[in-house]
Amino acid sequence: MAVTEERVGTYIGRAVKRKEDARLLTGQTRWVENLSVQGTVWMAVVRSPFAHARINSVDAGRAREAEGVLAVFSGADLREEWAAGLPCAWPCTSDIRTPDHWPLASDKARFAGDGVAVVIAESRALAKDAAELVDVDYEPLPAVTDVEQAAAEGAPLVHDEFEDNGCYTWTLAAGEVDRLFSEAAVTVEERYRQQRLIPNAIEPRGVLAEPSPASGELTLYSATQIPHILRTTLSMVTGIPEAKLRVVAPDVGGGFGSKLNVYAEEALAIVLARRLGRPVKWIEERSENYLATIHGRDVVQEIELAATEEGKITAVRVRLLAAMGAYLQLVTPGIPILGAYLYSGAYDLQGYDFECRGVFTHTTPTDAYRGAGRPEATYAIERAVDALARKVGKDPAEIRRLNFISEFPATIASGLEIDSGDFHGALDKALELVGYDELRREQEERRSGRSQKQLGIGLSTYVEMCGLAPSRVLNALKYVAGGWDAAEVRCLPTGSVQVIIGTSPHGQGHATTFAQIVADRLGIDLDAVEVVHGDTMVAPLGMDTYGSRSLAVGGVALWHATEKILEKTKAIAAHQLEVSPDDLELDGGRFTVRGTDRSLSVSEAALQAWTGHNLPDGMEPGLEATYVYDPPNFSWPGGAHVCVVEVDRETGMVELRRYVAVDEVGKVVNPLVVDGQVHGGIAQGIGQALFEEAVYDEDGNLVTGSMLNYLVPSAAELIDFETDRVEAPSPTNPMGVKGVGETGTIASTPAVINAVVDALAPDGVTDVPLPAKPENVWRALQEAKGGAR
Amino acid sequence: MRRIGVTVNGTRHDAEVEPRQLLVYFLREQLGLTGTPVGCDTSSCGACTVLLDGESVKSCTLLAVQADGGEISTIEGLATDGQLHPVQQAFHESHALQCGYCTPGMVMATVGLLEEHPHPSEEEIRRLLEGNLCRCTGYVNIVKAVKTAAAV
Repeated sequence: MAVTEERVGTYIGRAVKRKEDARLLTGQTRWVENLSVQGTVWMAVVRSPFAHARINSVDAGRAREAEGVLAVFSGADLREEWAAGLPCAWPCTSDIRTPDHWPLASDKARFAGDGVAVVIAESRALAKDAAELVDVDYEPLPAVTDVEQAAAEGAPLVHDEFEDNGCYTWTLAAGEVDRLFSEAAVTVEERYRQQRLIPNAIEPRGVLAEPSPASGELTLYSATQIPHILRTTLSMVTGIPEAKLRVVAPDVGGGFGSKLNVYAEEALAIVLARRLGRPVKWIEERSENYLATIHGRDVVQEIELAATEEGKITAVRVRLLAAMGAYLQLVTPGIPILGAYLYSGAYDLQGYDFECRGVFTHTTPTDAYRGAGRPEATYAIERAVDALARKVGKDPAEIRRLNFISEFPATIASGLEIDSGDFHGALDKALELVGYDELRREQEERRSGRSQKQLGIGLSTYVEMCGLAPSRVLNALKYVAGGWDAAEVRCLPTGSVQVIIGTSPHGQGHATTFAQIVADRLGIDLDAVEVVHGDTMVAPLGMDTYGSRSLAVGGVALWHATEKILEKTKAIAAHQLEVSPDDLELDGGRFTVRGTDRSLSVSEAALQAWTGHNLPDGMEPGLEATYVYDPPNFSWPGGAHVCVVEVDRETGMVELRRYVAVDEVGKVVNPLVVDGQVHGGIAQGIGQALFEEAVYDEDGNLVTGSMLNYLVPSAAELIDFETDRVEAPSPTNPMGVKGVGETGTIASTPAVINAVVDALAPDGVTDVPLPAKPENVWRALQEAKGGAR
Repeated sequence: MRRIGVTVNGTRHDAEVEPRQLLVYFLREQLGLTGTPVGCDTSSCGACTVLLDGESVKSCTLLAVQADGGEISTIEGLATDGQLHPVQQAFHESHALQCGYCTPGMVMATVGLLEEHPHPSEEEIRRLLEGNLCRCTGYVNIVKAVKTAAAV
């Protein structure tokens, strides 16, 4: 069932159909749940039903006697198993408060869903049955789930060892902000609330830990984005030497940041497999996922703009309150920092003043969710720029053009350097595609006719930083690891090529796009290239997949590795053809002696390098190369999105009518894959704008505890998205590529809300709380009219 | 335990099942047909969609005993003689899958949809696939694939 019909030629830039599809389309998949190992036992986690409670005792007596049960452990029972607690890799200030975080709580439960005991039984059903028999004596305590209430004096403490719920305060300031504000002809002050979101990768998490008791080795299969980071961190948590720990990410069904973490269940499965000498498996249920897997956003934002009379922005001031949840997961505190540099958006201004306070709450921890900090930043600046446009009486497109950064490289107000971009070009193209002037005319007609359904047009012109990340910059930001990635190319003697990469895809199409890079550079057939990933035993070097980094870091590493293959091939060719390397010319993976038909291809060189019969003196046999690439700068995609909505002024219902995205994402390797990334990102951003919202009640119960009451948009809620591009290749890397995985999510939420507010502007509406569900839109309308709230 | 007989992808199976066994776990764990995944516990996501007597059903919502005597088609049985089914082919051509976890359910739901509505409009496609959630594609290319398959 060969599915790649593209055969020869140049692959980079072509809409090659994906190599990975055939397996996924025929059910020949290796999700963790599909893996079975002889003798496997199942794990079930007993979770606190209370947001905050003292654990007086855990009585496992009845559970231990239940059918098929091997063992039951409380948090206290396992304390000796841990060499360290679950890690936070981003202690973003020197005085950050980092609470202990053990895989099972033993003194107190600190959010609804906090694990307090674990059951091991012969089957999934028996483990689940027995978990219900574990009798935990909880003493419920007052809980606080709202970030502002948690930050207030006298709030119930999430961690008794700290005097309040503050976790850290992180600041960044540049320029004479106070002066710019005092001199400003116009100022805008806005306040937004980023609701809490649940990532909802369609595959829930799952783990299978397979021990080898005699050798002490252990293999962990996990539905994770980060097998390499897991191996290092779980070695530290469990005390298993890193060299004896193998982590495999088999087929992984989506992540969106939610599988970029080191989770309690991964650590538990490892220590219980070690303790019992049996393979231990745990598959998360969806409702469990809503409690036990990280959430996203949950930030209160205050943003102020200083501007001239005509609307030229001079300074921005930002104050954030960011909910951490009950514990610090892998990068919880750093998420707002990923947005901290971007609150000036795509605009040229002089003064920048940013402060973020992280606050503990009795909730599931927050962490990276698609975009991670950058959707929040883009939302705030794009909404505020629209508010400024209203205040100075300018069209939203006009005010953006007035303020755009237009020369690159550009040092932005927060101090980083954008390597390339084309904000004007993207906006012009987007407005042309959507038919902006005609839409404004239609809007005017509806307004003058006082139509029940008003038309709204929303813009979002964004820039974001991704491609995480230069290791030295990460160090300056107090992230404890590096941001490099690695790739290895092995040219096998019979002509096929194995490519081993350190990034770990879960839907992004690396098996195809990374093969395109190699096939293109080495002049070989795409089907001759196999991409291997997601297993620390076969791909020992890597930093995994998140932050739109795989192509911009890992893909560039691969490009350099293929260059090394070409260099070695050239040396072999020069030697065997008895010419100077300067006499050789490269075309389609073949070195030819200029002016002759004598040549050597990469595939031929691979055989020669394998036999070793006739290599230059001192050359190592074998044709393989590894390259580790540390990017010198972030990746800076940008673009312009336009959303057109109809809003029913009676019901508050928002209907999407058009969505146009023009993105600048550097050189494109596979337009099919890039469009797919943009589509999915837009859908998630629209989900935040209109539908999704995790809600806790006053007692700290997650009210939106399942897919029944948390609205993941279906095809019926969404529309066709129109995508196009402008191109400003990145000068940072030789391929000119940028990241694209998060752009859609970053750009789309403000485009939608700007459209909703635009539709209702004649009614005096200036804000609609996220998500703009009918109730929130209706209330905003009533409030603007001075009616019931 | 209860005895049931079902035909799955053309093969007859007689088996003993627990009365509480869900159809999806019967397929996955007793028959080893792991192509049908489970994505939720509330019949919301549709990842586990299979055809029972020609109609698409969520196999996490039915007990195995309810399928007794029925004919079931799963993703594993769709391609024949090494040839992808037109719906599978259309999903491939249109890049209608990314991580692939929702794909078996989405493909089976589409097969069922096209049986009943051979020439659906875009609006009908979107409405009829409402019970199948995808978090990767934004549905743009899924809708395109369904249109493509309908045209075959």
